Amino acid sequence: MNKTDKEVKIHIDEALCKRCGFCIEFCNTKVYEADQDGLPLIKNLEECTNCRLCELRCPDFAIRVEVVNNE
Amino acid sequence: MAVKLNYREYFKEEALPLMWCAGCGNGILLRAITDALADLEIPPHQVVVSTGIGCWGKADDYMTTHAFHGSHGRALAFATGIKLGNPDLHVIALMGDGDALAIGGNHFIHAARRNIDITAIISNNFTYGMTGGQYSPTTPLSYKTTTSPVGVAEPAFDVCGLAEECGANYVARSTVYHVTQLKRFIAAAIQKKGFNVVEAINTCPTHFGRRNIPGDTVEMMKYIKDIGMPRSRFEKLDEEEKNKYLLTGELVNRERPDFLSVYREINPAASESGRGEGK
Repeated sequence: MNKTDKEVKIHIDEALCKRCGFCIEFCNTKVYEADQDGLPLIKNLEECTNCRLCELRCPDFAIRVEVVNNE
Repeated sequence: MAVKLNYREYFKEEALPLMWCAGCGNGILLRAITDALADLEIPPHQVVVSTGIGCWGKADDYMTTHAFHGSHGRALAFATGIKLGNPDLHVIALMGDGDALAIGGNHFIHAARRNIDITAIISNNFTYGMTGGQYSPTTPLSYKTTTSPVGVAEPAFDVCGLAEECGANYVARSTVYHVTQLKRFIAAAIQKKGFNVVEAINTCPTHFGRRNIPGDTVEMMKYIKDIGMPRSRFEKLDEEEKNKYLLTGELVNRERPDFLSVYREINPAASESGRGEGK
């Protein structure tokens, strides 16, 4: 569970990611952290508010935020 | 019941990865356009994107809509022909700052004056990215580029101001940082009749950023985020400070009759062909 009471899954396509760092820097709740190479790692998924700005601001279509429907 | 459209209907996923540099905002703008089209539920076969040359001119390669990849600066000229040939189509011209305002500057002026029903989406990254970072008509005064190593000695074009003066029906400016606002403006521009301009302030960390903004791709994005300023704050600045920022928001939204409406009125025979009442 997280801040939206919905189960959120974040998919990162490592092959598409160009390590620009936008998702890491501009996430309001600091869900991501960079690995040595600059690849975003999902560190605080429980903080995710499902705003999906990381997905929309990813210039390489490498992030997909998905709400898992578990009714 | 119809299934809600997704941006993937307009985006060629098989064409990934995108050719643009790390930290280039063109991909963000592409996502905003495909999202806007999906929200408006315009089928891909009713959309034509017309592009010129430049980094942003490659955008049509990643879209499933009809596309016309023309010569440098002529995206609007081709778009005009496409619109007149089949007024039922939604015609979107994708241009960079050099494409729209230098090489294609005259097309831009006259498309706006004519108020032809085309949506012009301008990716403004303040430089000629593809050819190696030369200064463009929108490079801010005193900024460095490969062709102005000590700084540009010319003031920049105000893209939106030019579009307004020339007669565009809808003019809006946003940045690739303000993604939801950007998408909203693009959707409004596509829906509105007449010549509609959306200027997206974009990042170019490779050329513009490297010479002017210390730091990496993130610093480039922060710069874009900070220079875009809504009217409420922009109006409070003095004249000198205003030169350092770019006013964002819906700047013009008016109802001048578009070219085809006027043309049909003065030439009723043109309407009798039965083609294309347009959107």
